[in-house]
Amino acid sequence: MKIKHNKNFTAGAIITAFMLAVILIGMVWTPYDPNAMSGAERMLAPCPSHPLGTDNFGRDILSRVVEGAGATFVIAAATVAIGLAAGLVVGGLTGYYGGWLDEVVMRFNDAVAAFPSILLALVLIALFGSGKYNIILALGLLFIPSFARVVRSEVARQKSLDYVAGARLMGAGDMRILFLHILPNIIPVLLPSVAIGFNNAVLAEASMSYLSVGVQPPDASLGRMLNEAQGYLLTAPWYALSAGVAIILLVLGFGLLSEGMGGEYGAA
Amino acid sequence: MALLDIRDLHVTFLSTGKEAVRGVDLTMEPGQRLGLVGESGSGKTVTAMALSGLIERWNVNMTGQVLFEGRDLLACSRSQLRAVQGKDIGVVFQEPMTSLNPLMKVGRQVEEVLKIHTDLSAGQRRARALEAMEQVGLRSPERTYEKYPHQLSGGQRQRAVIASAMVIRPKLLICDEPTTALDVTVQAQILSLLRSISEEFGVAIFLISHDLSVVRRLCESVCVMYKGAIVERGDTDRVFNDPRDEYTRRLIAAIPKRKRHE
Repeated sequence: MKIKHNKNFTAGAIITAFMLAVILIGMVWTPYDPNAMSGAERMLAPCPSHPLGTDNFGRDILSRVVEGAGATFVIAAATVAIGLAAGLVVGGLTGYYGGWLDEVVMRFNDAVAAFPSILLALVLIALFGSGKYNIILALGLLFIPSFARVVRSEVARQKSLDYVAGARLMGAGDMRILFLHILPNIIPVLLPSVAIGFNNAVLAEASMSYLSVGVQPPDASLGRMLNEAQGYLLTAPWYALSAGVAIILLVLGFGLLSEGMGGEYGAA
Repeated sequence: MALLDIRDLHVTFLSTGKEAVRGVDLTMEPGQRLGLVGESGSGKTVTAMALSGLIERWNVNMTGQVLFEGRDLLACSRSQLRAVQGKDIGVVFQEPMTSLNPLMKVGRQVEEVLKIHTDLSAGQRRARALEAMEQVGLRSPERTYEKYPHQLSGGQRQRAVIASAMVIRPKLLICDEPTTALDVTVQAQILSLLRSISEEFGVAIFLISHDLSVVRRLCESVCVMYKGAIVERGDTDRVFNDPRDEYTRRLIAAIPKRKRHE
């Protein structure tokens, strides 16, 4: 692979590495306590002691952006993990065995995918209740169909290749063929869709928190901050900008990574 | 007892209703090298797939018997079949580019069949794999063991495939056009390798090919298949020198002749 010649991949890697570094540092250290309020320092414009200013409660926006990006990242990663794990099982089995099982599961899949995902997520939240962990569960469930579909089509394609027939003719069992032989071979196709899925999860989390059903105050989350910031759009635009730019960087980084990977494998 | 005894095999594809194999009878003795020739669509590959158990059973209707050491493979369940597949019957495919898993080290693929069918330890498996790789003429097996398929040439890959089939010493090796994807010099090497393996270890070889000259180089007897039925069978030399069926004659006439220089 000639990743170093791929500008998308390089740019994506740099942005993602930067965001990951910020998030990791934010887990152990932030300039201020993200939830510490200060009546004297409300709505400060960016200044040396508060590089991104303060919000309506006098909380340091930089600290909150770092903390919020961390929360968003963890939720998105957990969402993708749930969707991917279940998608691998569902897609792997349906793609490998085909037949009526495949038809039934995939039509159910289509039905789920046909609903607007935010709407379905809100329905699930209404069932589970709001909060950080319920958001992960709801979004994770919603992400299963898209991963299952990618895995299914790729497994179905690999299944007909000679090396799989060869393994079968060696007397290998179905699970051995599916998990030992086929799954590693679908990773190249899976990686870009994991990156895209991660992006969708970031946006979905931000939307949910913006609608106040995700991360609950006083905890910071990028979507939550956007919601709080919209009341001060004209008086304190840096508030909304900070949270918005953080979301953009997260999404852009993974988007470029996915683009770069797709290009690499597509050209190969 | 014959090693393989196919009796009145009929194979019909349910999806198209086409009868690909119409009443094939065939016997193979242990250690025998038999060629099955015919044009594309003559049913030769379907016959081989039927006896290797690779046909998706829900898509075909098979009647007749495929007796392997007296046991009817068509009547076996999938798990019974798995006990025979790989262990007693090995298969070599046409396309060495796709018949190896691209993400698995060559050595691990060679020893895969041992992992499935024996209780050998990792070290024993590795030793057996290295031995098999040496026997099929892969130079420096230690290094080849650690390589991935894309690092090998087409001929080396086909040797690795043969090694992976031979490592457990099956009684029958089914070769489906094993040399078609290779260039001519490598073809000759692979054919002589198959011949020496068969002679040294007493493995029977069931060769499927559209190319009579390939069959002639490897097999002592040959069956000619046309439209799902065997139209002529006998010793390879006899069939070559004195073909009795009209189709066989046309097939032999289709072999390009070497030009004589005066």
